[in-house]
Amino acid sequence: MAKYLLLKHYRGAPAPVNNVPMDQWTRDEFSAHVQYMRDFANRLEATGEFAGELALAPEGTWVRYDGEGRPPVTDGPFAETKDLIAGWMVIDVDSYDRALELAGELSAAPGADGKPIHEWLELRPLLTEPPTVGE
Amino acid sequence: MDETLLRSLTPGVLGILVRRGAEFAAAEDAVQDALVEALRVWPADPPRDPKGWLVTVAWRKFLDATRAEAARRRREEAVADEPVPDAVAVDDTLHLYFLCAHPSLTPSSAVALTLRAVGGLTTRQIAQAYLVPEATMAQRISRAKRTVSRVRFDQPGDVATVLRVLYLVFNEGYSGDVDLAAEAIRLTRQLAAVIDHPEVAGLLALMLLHHARRASRTAADGSLVPLAEQDRARWDTRLIAEGVEILQAALARDQLGEFQAQAAIAALHADAPTAAETDWVQIVEWYDELVRLTGSPVVRLNRAVAVGEADGARAGLAELAQLDPGLPRYPAVAAYLHERDGDLSRAAVLYAEAARQAPTLAERDHLVRQAARLNARG
Repeated sequence: MAKYLLLKHYRGAPAPVNNVPMDQWTRDEFSAHVQYMRDFANRLEATGEFAGELALAPEGTWVRYDGEGRPPVTDGPFAETKDLIAGWMVIDVDSYDRALELAGELSAAPGADGKPIHEWLELRPLLTEPPTVGE
Repeated sequence: MDETLLRSLTPGVLGILVRRGAEFAAAEDAVQDALVEALRVWPADPPRDPKGWLVTVAWRKFLDATRAEAARRRREEAVADEPVPDAVAVDDTLHLYFLCAHPSLTPSSAVALTLRAVGGLTTRQIAQAYLVPEATMAQRISRAKRTVSRVRFDQPGDVATVLRVLYLVFNEGYSGDVDLAAEAIRLTRQLAAVIDHPEVAGLLALMLLHHARRASRTAADGSLVPLAEQDRARWDTRLIAEGVEILQAALARDQLGEFQAQAAIAALHADAPTAAETDWVQIVEWYDELVRLTGSPVVRLNRAVAVGEADGARAGLAELAQLDPGLPRYPAVAAYLHERDGDLSRAAVLYAEAARQAPTLAERDHLVRQAARLNARG
């Protein structure tokens, strides 16, 4: 019983095998992709392993404090080469092996030509509460 | 309305329905319906025999839900009219524990089903406690129910699997509005009342001894307080006394198991008036027993810490050198022993490495503080 975060990246990960941008897929290819993800989430809910998911808009902004009385600094307006996160899913599984298995399955979502996109997913364990017996 | 009473009656009632031939999932639904009915009716009209009332109502709910053919219903109602013998009721509760911890279930399913069917918690409460959506938990429970519906109810179960499930519940801590540690203690107490087994007593003692230290294990800001720095005045001496008494009675029966050995270690910690007065020599001996019983590398790691206290940091490091550095918490133990041995710079590096590997937020923060303490400028 451990939770893992599956991070989908727009950029920053190595290029996937079937690397055709989504906007160049056919409508059917795109629908098949979306359906695959939906089926995947539904199946995880049925196995009791689904904990949550959200999609994120592609462009984000870096922001930081710039000193007393000054507005925060941002990285815009010019585009930067930065890692971007497309969305996330949290799963609740009995083992690390099961987490790997599910990440592999999600990465096989169909893309161009209906073939798996071999998308890179980042798999991160979530930090938890300390166990009661731990000393 | 005594909800604790209601929940303590749940497993017995469910067990009776299943024993009478109700399929597990249907029986569980019927008992939940009866509990809802009880919450509605009892405040104004408390029954003389709460359990008998629940059995009657649950059985009626079950019949209503499954009335397929008149003949079958007549047959079932004939059974329902028979008085329920008390001696069997005890057995029914026990069987339910075995069923909910059945080896065909994954650990998380067994935990969820136990809390629902034996503990009488709602799906929403269990979902909140484990931080998953209610729909996910509902599915987890219904899958578990389907899995055990195929299990024959008359076979004796394995106590060890039941104890593992209760231990998992206890260890999950305190998230949500349900106190899982307290719930695990309640269920283990109930189990100990229906089964005479030294390891059940051992697990109950272990839980009580750890629960007794609960208030002192975290500071006001939520940070971890290591055992040696805990305020022993805040330990619950009543729980400690109860745990020790239960443990001693179990040990006297001379059928040692891992929970009794773990409880013995917890009891030696609880017994020490100050950290410095801890009987580490005896603790090492109990770890030897635990290694013998489990062969677990994690136990060997804990043993190295105890050896470090009993015979000095060098001896602890020598024990550590024989273990796999890939073990969880190995760097944390190594850091601690190197610091005690006076090698502060090595300890700082190891604390930082341990922090990167920490599985919990509180532990991570604690290890970062240890590294920072040794690295602090000036």
